[in-house]
Amino acid sequence: MIRLDQRSITYLWYPIVAGVLASLPMFLNAYWVDVLNSVGLYAILGISLNLIVGHAGLFNLGHAAFYAVGAYTAAILNTKFQIPVMWLMPLCAIAAGSFALLIARPIIHLRGDYLCIVTIGVGEIVRIALINNIFGITGGANGIFGIGRPSVFGFVIRKPHEFFYLIWIFLAFTIFVFRRLEHSRFGRALNYLREDDVAAEGSGINVSHYKLAAFVVGAAWAGMAGNIFAAKMTTISPESFSFWESVLVFTLIILGGSGNNAGVLLGAFLIVGLPELFRDFANARMLVFGAAMVLMMIFRKGGILPAPQRKYKLAGVTGGQGEGRG
Amino acid sequence: MSLLSVQRLSKHFGGLVAVSNVSFNVEEGSVVGLIGPNGAGKTTIFNLITGIYPANSGTITFDGKSIQGLATHRIVAMGVARTYQTIRLFQNLPVLENILAGYHCRMKTGVLGAMLRTRRQRREEQRALAETIQVLEFVGLHDHGEQLAGNLSYGNQRLLEIGRALASHPRLLVLDEPAGGMNEQETTALIGLIRRLSDRGITTLLIEHDMSLVMRVCEQIIVLEYGCKIAEGTPEEIKKDPKVVEAYLGTEDEL
Repeated sequence: MIRLDQRSITYLWYPIVAGVLASLPMFLNAYWVDVLNSVGLYAILGISLNLIVGHAGLFNLGHAAFYAVGAYTAAILNTKFQIPVMWLMPLCAIAAGSFALLIARPIIHLRGDYLCIVTIGVGEIVRIALINNIFGITGGANGIFGIGRPSVFGFVIRKPHEFFYLIWIFLAFTIFVFRRLEHSRFGRALNYLREDDVAAEGSGINVSHYKLAAFVVGAAWAGMAGNIFAAKMTTISPESFSFWESVLVFTLIILGGSGNNAGVLLGAFLIVGLPELFRDFANARMLVFGAAMVLMMIFRKGGILPAPQRKYKLAGVTGGQGEGRG
Repeated sequence: MSLLSVQRLSKHFGGLVAVSNVSFNVEEGSVVGLIGPNGAGKTTIFNLITGIYPANSGTITFDGKSIQGLATHRIVAMGVARTYQTIRLFQNLPVLENILAGYHCRMKTGVLGAMLRTRRQRREEQRALAETIQVLEFVGLHDHGEQLAGNLSYGNQRLLEIGRALASHPRLLVLDEPAGGMNEQETTALIGLIRRLSDRGITTLLIEHDMSLVMRVCEQIIVLEYGCKIAEGTPEEIKKDPKVVEAYLGTEDEL
């Protein structure tokens, strides 16, 4: 018998989960695969917003604005200049990230509810600007049609189950990257300023820099999610980026577990997946969400899966005798 | 040249004069105490030195450079670290990460380095951990590394705050009532810690109400009352100064 320690067991889970997920489209019809695609997209959005809300503790209820900037960047450049959407990925990230930098810069010193209200405003401004066909390139309330399909190494992605792999591979990549971010100097800095921004600044952390960085990285990732969304729908319009979208992504983080990507994934399943499962009770959906949120706030503030502590490998790290330093 | 030089410093909040025309020097390697009754402006002076808010007039020079108007994190990076009167730890984070917060300004990895997990990033993390353990050993908290800071005893939380400040490699340590809420035994341990800091060449400026601590560790004492400096000198001189006795210490037999 090979004895496995805790760590190896955790790693053993990854291929199993990946295998199950990868085989899912074989058993499900196009409708359910599409539901999983939505879950995946919301999970990507959730993880990107989680950096801002869960890790840095900045209440952002305007995440759909960054999603929209990414989606419209992809749509406009693809339909006007026929640039393949996949190639536009980095550009969507840059566009959404720069937009976040521009709008977050003057409001970053706001705290809690004040910041929250301003982000709601930003989300609405973007949506209304899109409806008003700003610069004559967003197509007004009708939006933009005929966005090209993404192609990967010459293979054009069309059907839901093909999109399934694109979205979930990108989700896996997202989890991988954000996990690294969270387990670094950068991730810790965000946690410090969430806990106490005066003490963080007093410990030598450039608080406003890190708040901005959280916004920019989160927004850039939402921009890339927007690109995938545009390619998947082939047509986008302002109504896809309503205040409600921001609320949904925010809710799934709070419900699933803020600061924990596994929690966000679970939240995406619960908020986006479950309502599809219980279509018949669609009208009761808001009631159930509301009740669930109230109960969470009372009994489990950290969400269903609260953020775990970071683990440090202390074995082998020796500090020597304290006196010997300096 | 003094490590820290405060010249004609004034600060008022609306009509209230918190600090008025205060000047003093802190020599490298010394332990200096700042004492005075409540509301004398001691913490305000600390906040001015660490850049929490700007002074109305006067200059603050650290190591020959003006630190007036610099952001707090820049001042920390220059070598001034502090603790707070009311403990300000990251309560929901482990002790280790509280110390790592102090070491943050000595690290370089940014967003990209963390995403790519470069060799330099991994080495830096290793070094930071080693540093953290050294600091924990120094302040005597090495058994509590994985605990949440909020679960530590009050005295240990004070030590952790000093540890966090220490991790930023300060040349000047600014302690705001480090013995506040400590029992006699903990205070004695704290005195030992301050002396060991001094042995390592770290200059300390502290506010403290516990006179036995101040008289035992400080080489120089500055006394404030109503925002003004009323006396300055060695513990012996301060004890005898009639103005200080009247304003703060009380008569000889009360002491």
